[in-house]
Amino acid sequence: MKRRLLLAGLLLSGCERDPWYLPASSARLANDGGSAVAMANPYTRDAQAIAEGKRLFRWYNCAGCHAAGGGGMGVALMDERWRYGADDRAIYASIVDGRPNGMPAFGARLSEDQAWRLAAYVRTMNGGPNLAVAPSRADDLRASEPEARREPRAASDD
Amino acid sequence: MKALASTPVRRNSVPPTPEDRALLDATWRDPPGFRGWCMAVNHKSIGRRFIITAFVFFAAGGLLAALMRWQLAVPDNHVLGPDTYNQIFTLHGSTMMFLFAVPVMQAVAVYLLPLTLGARAIAFPRMNAYAYWVYLFGGLLLFAGFVFDAGPDAGWFAYVPLSGPEYSPGKRVDYWAQLITFTELSALLEAIIIVTTVMKLRAPGMTLTRMPLYAWAMLVTACMVIFAMPAVMFASTALLLDRLVGTEFFNPGEDGEPLLWQHLFWFFGHPEVYLIFIPGLGFMSAIIATFARRPIVGYVPMVLSLVATGFLAFGLWVHHMFATTLPDAGKDIFTISSMLIAIPSAVQIFCWIATLWLGRLEFRTPLLFVLAFFVILVLGGLTGLQLASVPLDLQLHDTYFVVAHLHYVLIGGAVFPLFGACYYWFPKFTGRLLDERAGRWHFWLWFVGFNLSFFPMHLLGLDGMPRRVYTYPAEMGWGTLNLLATAGAVLLAAGVLVFGGNVLRSLRHGERAGPDPWRGGTLEWATESPPSPANFDALWVVHSAYPLWDPQPMARVSGLATSHREVLVTTPGVARPDTRVIFPDPSPWPLAAALATAVLFVGSIYTPWAVVWAMIPVAATLTAWFWPSARETAEHLDVERAP
Amino acid sequence: MIEQTSGDLHAALTAVGVGAQRIAALWWPSLWICTLVFCAVIAGLVLALTRRGRAQDGSTAAADDGDRRARLPIAAAVAVSVGLLVVLMALSVGADRALAKIDAAGAVEIEVIGHQWWWELRYRDPDPSRSFVTANELHLPAGRPVLLKLSAADVIHSFWLPTLAGKRDLIPGSPATLVLRVDTPGRHRGQCAEFCGLQHAHMGLLAIVETPAAWAAWAERQRRPAAPPGDARAARGLALVEQGSCAMCHNIEGTRANGVHGPDLSHLASRERLAAGTLANEAANLAAWITNPHRYKPGVTMPALTYPAADLDAIVAYLSELE
Repeated sequence: MKRRLLLAGLLLSGCERDPWYLPASSARLANDGGSAVAMANPYTRDAQAIAEGKRLFRWYNCAGCHAAGGGGMGVALMDERWRYGADDRAIYASIVDGRPNGMPAFGARLSEDQAWRLAAYVRTMNGGPNLAVAPSRADDLRASEPEARREPRAASDD
Repeated sequence: MKALASTPVRRNSVPPTPEDRALLDATWRDPPGFRGWCMAVNHKSIGRRFIITAFVFFAAGGLLAALMRWQLAVPDNHVLGPDTYNQIFTLHGSTMMFLFAVPVMQAVAVYLLPLTLGARAIAFPRMNAYAYWVYLFGGLLLFAGFVFDAGPDAGWFAYVPLSGPEYSPGKRVDYWAQLITFTELSALLEAIIIVTTVMKLRAPGMTLTRMPLYAWAMLVTACMVIFAMPAVMFASTALLLDRLVGTEFFNPGEDGEPLLWQHLFWFFGHPEVYLIFIPGLGFMSAIIATFARRPIVGYVPMVLSLVATGFLAFGLWVHHMFATTLPDAGKDIFTISSMLIAIPSAVQIFCWIATLWLGRLEFRTPLLFVLAFFVILVLGGLTGLQLASVPLDLQLHDTYFVVAHLHYVLIGGAVFPLFGACYYWFPKFTGRLLDERAGRWHFWLWFVGFNLSFFPMHLLGLDGMPRRVYTYPAEMGWGTLNLLATAGAVLLAAGVLVFGGNVLRSLRHGERAGPDPWRGGTLEWATESPPSPANFDALWVVHSAYPLWDPQPMARVSGLATSHREVLVTTPGVARPDTRVIFPDPSPWPLAAALATAVLFVGSIYTPWAVVWAMIPVAATLTAWFWPSARETAEHLDVERAP
Repeated sequence: MIEQTSGDLHAALTAVGVGAQRIAALWWPSLWICTLVFCAVIAGLVLALTRRGRAQDGSTAAADDGDRRARLPIAAAVAVSVGLLVVLMALSVGADRALAKIDAAGAVEIEVIGHQWWWELRYRDPDPSRSFVTANELHLPAGRPVLLKLSAADVIHSFWLPTLAGKRDLIPGSPATLVLRVDTPGRHRGQCAEFCGLQHAHMGLLAIVETPAAWAAWAERQRRPAAPPGDARAARGLALVEQGSCAMCHNIEGTRANGVHGPDLSHLASRERLAAGTLANEAANLAAWITNPHRYKPGVTMPALTYPAADLDAIVAYLSELE
């Protein structure tokens, strides 16, 4: 019986899985060659993609203005205030199209997929809504509390 | 439960009477039904479950290996993607090392050691049951993770920073780290049980110098487990803390040290190889003596070699790290100690060859598997000498040469003797012999398949093929040898099927064995097959290492309670009767405590607070487990006072 | 020993570099000693199994004088084993010291940085303006020692060119060095030898050993800034590279593309392979790679970039000019 269960498990695990490491846009390329803008963030529950978003945050020097989320020249990202709304589409739009008073448009410089990953990461910076998938630490100099241990804050549109 | 309170204390007589026998059976048997199954503490019930579980994990690990060989059979293959392949090779390594190799050796010991030592039971029977359940839940957890696409993918060695929070996000590596803690907890408990059993529960007269070599091998293995496992338990817990609560043990950015992980892991990982291999040496000594029909030549050198291997095994872990920066003196020391460990193995091999030379050989299947050891392990040991050399290791390290070497050592040194042991002791476990013809098929499929599968890997490694690659380009010219290796894997799989079929068939239709089908010399052959719940009607008194081959008949012990689980405890050195203790009755609490422990471990993957709240059920079940009942205390007093 | 189907050497025993030669010189005696021991053990076993003149009645010898008779042969066999082991140890330690003695005076200094999943190569020069950066293709001057300074940017990698030298791990936070010397021109292939994640299998490295003059000429070309676009199509390609995603990760010397996270592209067209040895450097492969790198290296950090055909064409045209 146990053997049979195990076998069933192995078969199940051999079934097609969602390959997290393939960007959604690349999967779409394989399907229809088109590139419709996704309406919902495909990565809100994907720890791998959020970790990559964190890397993009560092690579593209978001910290130059936003620091590690505490803000500086740019707004703070780890508080509960979201000037343009707390949902993923608003964050995505901020990244891709830019915002007044200094936030540049990264639309031409990030692939759509990277923008969604970055948006998913930004959502975890103030401790919500998915502590289970938020990064728990970076393997480099630590500037602040790991995202996974931040107190979740209720979002408020400012 | 038995109505013990009304049972008067009865003691056995010599020679044993049928009433003694019936009473003993009733006293030591596990209760019937599903409830009884959950409460079992008899070492044979637990040992049987343990062995079967370990072989199921072996089959699962083998299936994973077959998938890898399928993927690697031809260049640029896309049967498995990189993510699936990485999960599979991680799971294969972790399963074989943590869920099969170490546990199966302890599992066989749980069944066999009390019989070989002439004891009624294994020490700490409830802890034994608990250790089994913890092991089972840990293994199921790992495979559950795999089924739900949370299988660990950082390798069975899980080097940081790759396994750290930044490069392995998600819960995959957390599952792996907790699996390690699970299985090592089980292995540690079993080690304590085995050391205690060997030291305190031997038959009267079985001095240390008359102890079967198999028992010596298990004693050395268990002592090694006690020193090796805490290192990896600490390492895996530190990794989990790094990943869950943001500690910095291994973070190079915060003065953590990635190399610390490697030192801790290999301080466990290298002795691990030997604690898989030493029980195999014990099987060898038992089987060779029986089928050469004479005692093993050189008992004292054999024992000293086992002990020396156990010590030296802790002094050579750095040879897994020769490609990191090391000072010259360090490299020399670890090269020399890695080569020195060949000497105790050589002594044992020469002693066995001398035994075979002097003996009167009977070529049965167990002996065939044992003879394969000489070809395969010796080859693996010699490539081990090459890997011990720093310059050669710089070329061979992390290539397929190492894959070949480690399979030659582990399969040749442990799995072939283990299969030999299966054929040898199967009649003792079940009362029926395995089929000899199928056994020979199994042997030749494995011997040919193994060499076909793993010998080409030496050449692949020399040709520059690194380990742990999910595919390779055609222009490297590695295709032919990889295809050969995959063909060998097919034969290995066929061999396992033959073995499985043989076991299932022989359980029903095998030739009846009787107490001693091989005319063996050690005590497990001095009781019926399968053994009665109490193992022996009356304990034997022994005067030599092979008591059954003594010309004089053995004496027996009288006066031990048959109505209660009374056990004779002997002194560690010369095995003089020391005291009598009453062993615990079956209990559901070990299972409940293991479940509570599993909740704690699994919960702590998701929140550190699980350690706090899950302590409550763990404490509750352990308290219930150890709560003394007035009835038991009164009975123990009865037994003490009864004439 | 093993057929080489690829033109690039990659078998450890086809030793060309001085380090690999010293290791191969140790390999052969160690192989002979081990073969000898193996044959002796098997011969002993076969003799023991086939010995005639033993009692065949199946009885058990509980006590005989066998132990005493076997004592001398066993002691002799152990003594021979210990002797051979001491020889192996001496040979090994000697070879290890010889490896450490490869002279690094006047060496070319190259920083090798392992990334998931490519190699960054920084050629150092005492005059900083003569330093330059490339990736995945190591050019070495024949006959002159090369000092490699190894480090890792993310996880542990291992630098291994089997025909040139033994491997050395690249560990974050613990820099290491390796001295190479190769006396004859030739082409060698290696790849990362420590498991480093999804694309560990596609982290190849090509080493091209050239005559000192050819090497100096190559280095001189690498020091120059990237070639300016030759025609309008290439100029459009450069504009797309500078304004689009490419510049976020890649550097092209002399342009506004100054990213630091991906391989330097200043002289991309001078390299033979794309994506750390994965693809031949041809226009069609380059276009396919930019469009969907995950087809060739699933999980690679480079995103899939969808450009209109004309734009893609322009980018490829520009990159193909970067000799």
